Formats: sequence, C-alpha cells, structure tokens
Amino acid sequence: MSSSGTSNLRPDLAAIAEMIPDGARVLDVGCGDGALLEYLVRTKHVDGRGIELSQQNVNACVARGLAVVQGDADADLAEYPGGVFDFVILSQTIQATEKPAQVLADMLRIGRQAAISLPNFGHWRVRLSLLVGGRMPRTEALGYYWYDTPNIHLCTIADFVDLARKNGAVIDRALALKHDTVAGEMRPDAWGPNLFAQGAIFLLRKS
Amino acid sequence: MTETANPRFLRPLSAPGADAGKAVSFGPDKPLALDCGRILSPFTIAYMTYGTLNDAKSNAILICHALTGDQFVASDHPVTGKPGWWTMMVGPGKPIDTDRFFVICANVIGGCMGSTGPADTDPTTGKPFALDFPLVTVRDIVRSQAMLLDALGIETLLAVTGGSMGGMQALQWAASYPKRVRAVMPIACAARHSAQNIAFHEVGRQAIMADPDWKGGEYQLHGTRPSKGLAVARMAAHITYLSEAALQRKFGRNLQNREALSFQFTPDFQIESYLHHQGASFVDRFDANSYLYITRAMDYFDLAEDYAGHLADAFRDSPNRFCIISFTSDWLFPTVENKRVAHALNAVAAQVSFVEIKTDKGHDSFLLDEPEMFDTVRGFLNSVATGVA
Repeated sequence: MSSSGTSNLRPDLAAIAEMIPDGARVLDVGCGDGALLEYLVRTKHVDGRGIELSQQNVNACVARGLAVVQGDADADLAEYPGGVFDFVILSQTIQATEKPAQVLADMLRIGRQAAISLPNFGHWRVRLSLLVGGRMPRTEALGYYWYDTPNIHLCTIADFVDLARKNGAVIDRALALKHDTVAGEMRPDAWGPNLFAQGAIFLLRKS
Repeated sequence: MTETANPRFLRPLSAPGADAGKAVSFGPDKPLALDCGRILSPFTIAYMTYGTLNDAKSNAILICHALTGDQFVASDHPVTGKPGWWTMMVGPGKPIDTDRFFVICANVIGGCMGSTGPADTDPTTGKPFALDFPLVTVRDIVRSQAMLLDALGIETLLAVTGGSMGGMQALQWAASYPKRVRAVMPIACAARHSAQNIAFHEVGRQAIMADPDWKGGEYQLHGTRPSKGLAVARMAAHITYLSEAALQRKFGRNLQNREALSFQFTPDFQIESYLHHQGASFVDRFDANSYLYITRAMDYFDLAEDYAGHLADAFRDSPNRFCIISFTSDWLFPTVENKRVAHALNAVAAQVSFVEIKTDKGHDSFLLDEPEMFDTVRGFLNSVATGVA
C-alpha cells in the first residue's frame, strides 16, 4: 500500500483523485476497501473519512489505519454537519441508493465540492438491448439480472445532469468513461456522451 | 504525594512472586473532589505499568478496566494467581504492543485491588468506610486517573482504551480531557447505561444486600462476608456477558457429572455448575461493597446528560481520533448504542472509525480471541502512533 502514483488505482478513481487538492478534508461515501481513501491520505495528505456499507470492508479500512464508519449514504449522511468537508466523493454508488436526490442534496450540503461517478443507462448498448432483445439490459458495466441488481435507481447522463441542476448544483467538470477508464472531457448537455459513454464523472458544487 | 512499591490488598496473595505493581497516595494537599459533592482525601491509586515510557513521554496508553477487572492487564494476578485479563491484546508484539507502548492501568477508586474503596479504613472514624464511602462516578474515576498521570509526569496520552465500563472511561476522557489524549478507543460500551443494564445491576445489588452476612454493609466489623449474595450477583451479571447462542453452543442442556436428571435442586446442568463456579471464584477476589459502588458508577453514567442531552456537544471541536468497536451478539452494550456514539462524533465531524465485529460470544467478546478486533486495534494504534491517516 505504498504506491506513490495513481497507477494502482482503478482509472475512474484515479481521475477523481486528480480533482482533489492536497490537504483537503475529504469524505468518501461508499469507500469500499479504502483504496482511493488510502491513496489520498498517503499521497495527497488529505484529512480523509469514509462511510462504507459492508462491515467487512470497514474492518479492512480501519485495519489499514483509515477513519471509516459503517453506514449507508441514505441513512447516515444526514448526521453530518454542513460545509465541514472540502470534498465529498460518491463513486459508482448513487444508482444503488434509495433516495438519490436526497443523497445528492446531502453531498452538496456537506462538501464544498462533490465528485460523483455513475454508470450511464443511456449507453447505446443498453438502449439497443432493450429495443431489440425486449429484456432488461445486462451489459459489461451493468451485469446484473433485474431481480438481483443492487442498482435500483439507474439513470442516464442526461437524467443526472437534470437532477444536479434541480438541486442547484453547478457542474464544474464532466468526464466520459469507457468502462472504467476516462475517455475524455465531455459537455454534460451534449447528446453524444449520453449515447456513447458507459459512465461519467461529475465535479459539482452548490451554486 | 507518596509512591509505594507494594499496594495493600484485601485478600492474601496466592502468587506472591507476581508483580504487585505500584501505588500512589495523594495526601491532603491533593484532594479528589467528587461529583457527589464530597471530597476524597487522602486516597490511593494502585496501578500497573508495562513497557517503557519513551524520553518524549509520547507513547503512553491508558487502559481502563471493566466493572470487575483490575490493573493486572497483562501479567499474573498476585491475588488469584491467574493470567492478566487482556493478555491476548496487551504484551510484547501484541496489538497493544508493550515493546512499543508504555501501558498504564489503574484500579478504579471504589475498587478493591489497592485503590481506595469502601473496604479501606475511614481516617475520620478508624473503621472501614463501608457505606460511608462516597459514591463515585465514571467522571470521578477519570479525574483520579488524570491525577495519577500528573504524578507520573505524563501530560499527554497516545491513547486511552477499555471495554465495557473501561470504554465509558475512555469516552469520559475524550469529554473531560480532550487535549490530554490523542486517540480514544472505546470497545463494547455506550455513552449511557441503559434501563435494562441498570435493572440487572439492581438485581445484583439487592442480592448482596439480602445476604444476612452483608450486615448493612458493615460485614468487616462483624467478621462476616456476604459471599452468597455476591456470588448470585456475579451469576446474574455473568449471563449478561454471554449470548444465548454461545450458552447453547457451549453448554446446551448437557448434564454435569451425571447420566440422568436428579429430581433434586442440586446442579444438574453444566450451565448451572458453570455459573456456580463463576460466582464462587468471584467472591474470593472481590469485595461486595466495591461491587455496589462500581455498579452504581456505571448506572450514573450518561455522557449526554452533562451536555444538556446533546451527546455530540461532549465531543465538539474534539482533536481526538476515535475508533469504536462493537460486537454483533453483545446485548448488554449493543451495536446500536456504540453507533450512537459514532453518530454523535460524525455530527461534530470528529475523526471516527466504527467497526462491528461479527461473533456469537456476546459482551465478553472484547476479552476473547477475536482476530478482527486485534487487526482493528493494531491498525488503528499504528496509524495513530505513526501519524498516518
């Protein structure tokens, strides 16, 4: 666990890491096994905290010396006071929350900036799969059957952009993802990424 | 203030070769002002240390013991001859590594293992305090520990930790002396004693007081000991330290040394003889009045009460790092109570970790072989000591 570059991080996490300034106060919601958080703490010297649903992951994080609490975004973000974090991260998780709008609102309240990555249900494969196959899409990025998926609130890039603006968020940056690698910057309102990007990362702040 | 090599114990030593630790006596110039309004002076704190204090005095960890625990954390008990109560956690190379850290554990005031308690002589009467001993609180206990640290010349602790009532003390440290400690690790505890927990304690106290040998608390003057009442108190309490699943797994309905039910009231079942043994061995080492006083200290503990009911305010602007550990099968201090503390810490953006360990061994899990707990403690202390994360 002593990598000095972002090379060991999953590319989408590395892209989020690059957005975060040195020494920032960071809350990683759904921090998993703590890979991103540990990288940020060790390399960017952030004051990092995590929330993670899986107790097994939490225990692993704490054993790695990270400050992580077992909890979930839906129930526990409400506990956090406003404006104490510079940066709140939600990586590939918003589609699995019960109340995505509330989670997004809480993130914008808690942090000065928020980074959110999500799978794009508007990708052409998803559209084609439903159109041609007539069944709920199963793709590389979204491999679950309809009956066992944790992704209960899937959305397209355009859908998310709408929700973000409705929550009074300003989109400072938007990156298109091809699987988990960054394909490049995108215009959030353009039709192209909504059709061709498998996912997206947004850097948001409250207007 | 005087330091003595050998604390005075109520009971004879069965392991005279074991390290009996040290004691500090605080004279009239160092009184302990108690929450009940009374003053305890003079008084003594008996304690043990393990490892070596470094030159910077920055590697001290205070371990706070539970209700019936004592200062003999990691070495043989001079009175019982048994191994220390946390030898799996504390020692050379252990999660609380005494090759690296200087570990201090003090017997609580009100206790019966060398610190001033109800069995000691009241200097104003020349008789044992008994029920004239003032009621002490967890906050009083912590205040006395701070005085001990002053006496040892230690300004700041690297960490304070403990399970059960020891965890309560750790939380009280965070509230009372946030600048004198860096990391706080309460295990299997709560920020308040619940109604159910108070209820169990009251059963225990009533069992002691109902014993004719208790003599209104003055059993020392009468040359008696309320052993039966204290044993029953211990038996009832011991059930709360375990879990239904663990009892079933360990004992089931197995019979003790017999093939068939006896149709009498002698112990037929293994669980009965186990509890009898727990009760009997406890009275050999513990003072009945101390049990009354320390259970009361736990009952009175409600950290939020000191902050107008807002637990989060106990930790406002806390510079401390917290690691809270609970156990799935602990119904005495269940996860929900531990998590309440974590939520309060979140609410003031304190740096907190919360880990729930899956086990069927109940409240006592913190004393047992729980590898995930050891990994957590090791990781947390390591990150605190190295300043990482």
